[in-house]
Amino acid sequence: MKDADAGTVHREFVKGNEAICHGALAAGCRHYFGYPITPQNDIPEYMSTHMAAHGGVFLQAESEVATINMLLGAAAAGKRVMTSSSGPGISLMQEGISYMAGSELPAVIVNISRSGPGLGGIAPSQGDYFQAVKGGGHGGCRIPVLAPHSVQEMYELTMHAFELADRYRTPVMILGDAIIGQMKEPYTPGLCEPPGPIDKPWATTGCAGRPRQHVKSLYLKDDDIERHNWKLHEKLQRIEKAEVRAESYHLEDARIVLVAFGTAARVCKTAIQWARKEGIAAGMIRPVTLFPFPKTLVHETAGKADLLLVVEMNTGQMVEDVMISTSHHDKVRFMGKPCAMPTPDDILAEIRLLAGKTS
Amino acid sequence: MSGGGKQHFDKVVFKRPDSLVDVKTHFCPGCHHGIAHRIVAEAIDHFGMREKTVGVACVGCSVFLYDYIDVDVVEAPHGRAPAVATGVKRALPDHFVFTYQGDGDLAAIGTSEIIHAANRGENLTVIFVNNTTYGMTGGQMAPTTMLGQKTSTSPYGREFSNDGYPIKMAELLAQLEGVAFSARVATSSPAQIRKAKEAVKTAFDMQIRRMGLSVVEFLSTCPTNWGMKPLDARNRVLGEMIDYFPLGTFKERKQADFV
Amino acid sequence: MRDMDKTNTDVIFAGFGGQGILMVGNLLSIAAMEEGRQVTYFPAYGVEMRGGTANCTVVISDDEIGSPVVGHPRACVVMNAPSLEKYQSMMSPGGTLVVNSSLVEKGDVKRTDLSVLFVDANEIARGVGSLQLASMVALGAYAAKTGVVGIDTLCGCLPKVVSKKYEKFIPLNISALKEGASFA
Repeated sequence: MKDADAGTVHREFVKGNEAICHGALAAGCRHYFGYPITPQNDIPEYMSTHMAAHGGVFLQAESEVATINMLLGAAAAGKRVMTSSSGPGISLMQEGISYMAGSELPAVIVNISRSGPGLGGIAPSQGDYFQAVKGGGHGGCRIPVLAPHSVQEMYELTMHAFELADRYRTPVMILGDAIIGQMKEPYTPGLCEPPGPIDKPWATTGCAGRPRQHVKSLYLKDDDIERHNWKLHEKLQRIEKAEVRAESYHLEDARIVLVAFGTAARVCKTAIQWARKEGIAAGMIRPVTLFPFPKTLVHETAGKADLLLVVEMNTGQMVEDVMISTSHHDKVRFMGKPCAMPTPDDILAEIRLLAGKTS
Repeated sequence: MSGGGKQHFDKVVFKRPDSLVDVKTHFCPGCHHGIAHRIVAEAIDHFGMREKTVGVACVGCSVFLYDYIDVDVVEAPHGRAPAVATGVKRALPDHFVFTYQGDGDLAAIGTSEIIHAANRGENLTVIFVNNTTYGMTGGQMAPTTMLGQKTSTSPYGREFSNDGYPIKMAELLAQLEGVAFSARVATSSPAQIRKAKEAVKTAFDMQIRRMGLSVVEFLSTCPTNWGMKPLDARNRVLGEMIDYFPLGTFKERKQADFV
Repeated sequence: MRDMDKTNTDVIFAGFGGQGILMVGNLLSIAAMEEGRQVTYFPAYGVEMRGGTANCTVVISDDEIGSPVVGHPRACVVMNAPSLEKYQSMMSPGGTLVVNSSLVEKGDVKRTDLSVLFVDANEIARGVGSLQLASMVALGAYAAKTGVVGIDTLCGCLPKVVSKKYEKFIPLNISALKEGASFA
C-alpha cells in the first residue's frame, strides 16, 4: 500500500538532529546556545547557519557550564531558548538545570546521548536514562523528559517540549541518541501546531510600569524553601497527571509485552513484526515521556500479559521504573545491550525464548 | 528632627538614589558593599535607566542585590553571572545589564565565564567587589587573599608555595581585546569614593555606547572575617591592599571596534 | 523468515571515503520518498568515519519502518575489498550483492546463496567521464537489478543531492546511473 497522500503532503528528508532544529524554529525558538560535542554537532551547525536568517541569536559558549547559564539568562528575559549536548556536556549543565528548575525557567535541553561513564565513547547508548529522569541536578530537581523514536518525533516533540516548558515554567529535556540523531527519514512538517505565543509576566525585562521582580532559586527566610519545594512538587504532580505519553504497539492481544524507548523501540518494532509472523503475540509499550513515566499503562498491561521484556541500550535503568509501576515483578524480564544497538534478530531470539519457541 | 517642627530646605543637596531601596541592609558594620550599592544605584539614576536595567546577582554576600537595588534581577549560580548576563543581554540588547560579583565568585569559580564574556566583548558592566575573602561562607581563602593573610582555610597565613599569589583581575582583564574599560577603585576615603563614582559612570557609558565589556574592581573590606574594627579594615585597604592592588584605570577604549 | 519482496528491503552501501557512498545512499532514499515509500537512511558517523571507510544503511518499506539498522542485510553494494570482507558473511540468504569488480577480486565472493552482480564500476565511470561516478554506476545497477526504485526517479532526484556548485555534473550522473542500470 502506497502512501495515499504522497503526492500532496510535503515531506522533508533530514537527519533527526536537523529535525530538532526545524521543530525549535517552528516553535519560535530564537535563542540557541551550545558547545561542540559528538554526536550532536549537526544541531549547533544548523543553528549557526540558519538562526540569523530568522532574526535570532546563535552563540557558541566557552563550555557547557556557560551554555546553560546563557540559557538561564535568556529564559529569564522571557525568550524561548534551547541548547543541545551529549552526556559529558549534560553532566556539566546539571548545576544550571537545577537552578533553572528552582527558578522555574522554561527551556529545552536536548541530549543526543553517547556512551559512558566518563568520556565513554560515541557509540549510541541509553545510559543517560537515570540522569535524565531521576533529576540529574541537585536538590530534588526533576524535569519532564521526552524520548523521540523517529525523525518525525524529533520535530514534533521538540515543539511539544517548548509548549510544556512554557506551560509549566520548567526546563524540558529531549533524550535522543546517536542513531536517532544521525538517521535520516522523511518527515511531514506542520502535522502538529507550534505552541502559540505565551505571556510571561514573570520575566525580568526591566521594571517599566511595574514593581521590580526577580528570577531566583534562593530561599533563606523561615520556611520559604519548604513552601517552594511543595510548590514544585505540586507542579510535577500536575505534569504526571496530564502529560504522560506512550505508544501502544500491538498491545491489544499481546502476551509478551516489550517495554522500550527511543532507538531501542524502533528495533523492537521490527522484532515484534517478525515474532507475530511466527505466531507469537508480542507487543510493546513505548514510553514517549520518560518522566512522567506511563505507570498506569505499565501497571494495567502487566496484569494482563504473560511477561514484560524491557529492552534498553544500557545495563538496566528504565526497568526500575517498570518494576515500580507493577507488583508483578516475577513477570518482568530485562534485555540490555550497553552502548550498542541490539539487532532485531537478537530481540526476536529473546522473544522466542520467552515464548517457549526454539525455531 | 523628631519632635520638632519640620524644617524647610530650599534645595535638596543629598538624598537616597531612586534606584536604592529604602531598607536596612544585612551587611556588617564597616562593610563597603553598601557604598558600592549606592554608587551603582546613583549611576543607574544618572543615566535614567532604572526601568530598562536587568541586574545579575552572584552567590556571596551580594546575592541580596535584588532586595536593595530597585531593578529586575536574575540570580546566577556561583561564578556564572557573566554567562547569565550574556544570555540576558543577547535576549534584550537594548537593555542595560550589569553583574555584581565578589572575588570568590568572579576570580575563582567564575574565571572562565568572566574571561570569555570579556573576550567576546559582551556589552555588559561588571561590578567586581574584592575584599580578599569569602565573606558569606565564613572568611575562607580567596584567590585574592593577600600573602600571609590568615583566613579560616589559611589559618597560618597564605603562602605562595602552597596557594600561589593574589590574582589581579582588573589588570588581567584589561589585556583582552573585548574589554572597553577596566579600572580598580576603592571606597575608603571621600576622594576615592568620588573617583569610584566616575569610574562606574564611565563603565556604564561604555555599555550604552556598545564599546564592549566594562569592569570596575572595588577594593572592599570585610571587618567581620578579617577580625578587624571597621576603621582598621579601612586602613588595611589604604595600606597593604592598595600597595598590592594599585588603583587606576588599566584600559579605556576611545572608539568602538565596529566604528 | 522475512519477505524477500522488492518493495520491503534494505541495503548497505560500503566503500572508501570519497567514493560518494553517502551520496548514493541519500539519493536512493530520496527517490524512495518521492515514490511515496517509507525510508530510513543511517550513515556511519564520527570516529567510524576516520580512517577512510564509509557506509550507510537504507531501509525501504511501504509500512512503518522499525529498525534503522539491519543485522542481516538483504542487499549490499560493496565498492572495495574491505567492504566485501566485512559484509558478505552478514547477508541474508538469497540477498543481492553488487560488487565493484574494478577493485574487488571476483574470487573473493565466497557466498553461493546470493544473487551476485559484478559491475566494473570504476571503468564504466571513467568511460562516462569521471572515476568519481563509480558509486553512481553501482547504484544504477542495484536499482535496475532489484527494481526497488525507478531509474527515472533516481535521475529526477539528483538535483536534491548534488550541490549547486556541482550542478553542471548532473548529466554525467544521469549517464552513470543509466550505464549501471544497463549492466543489470
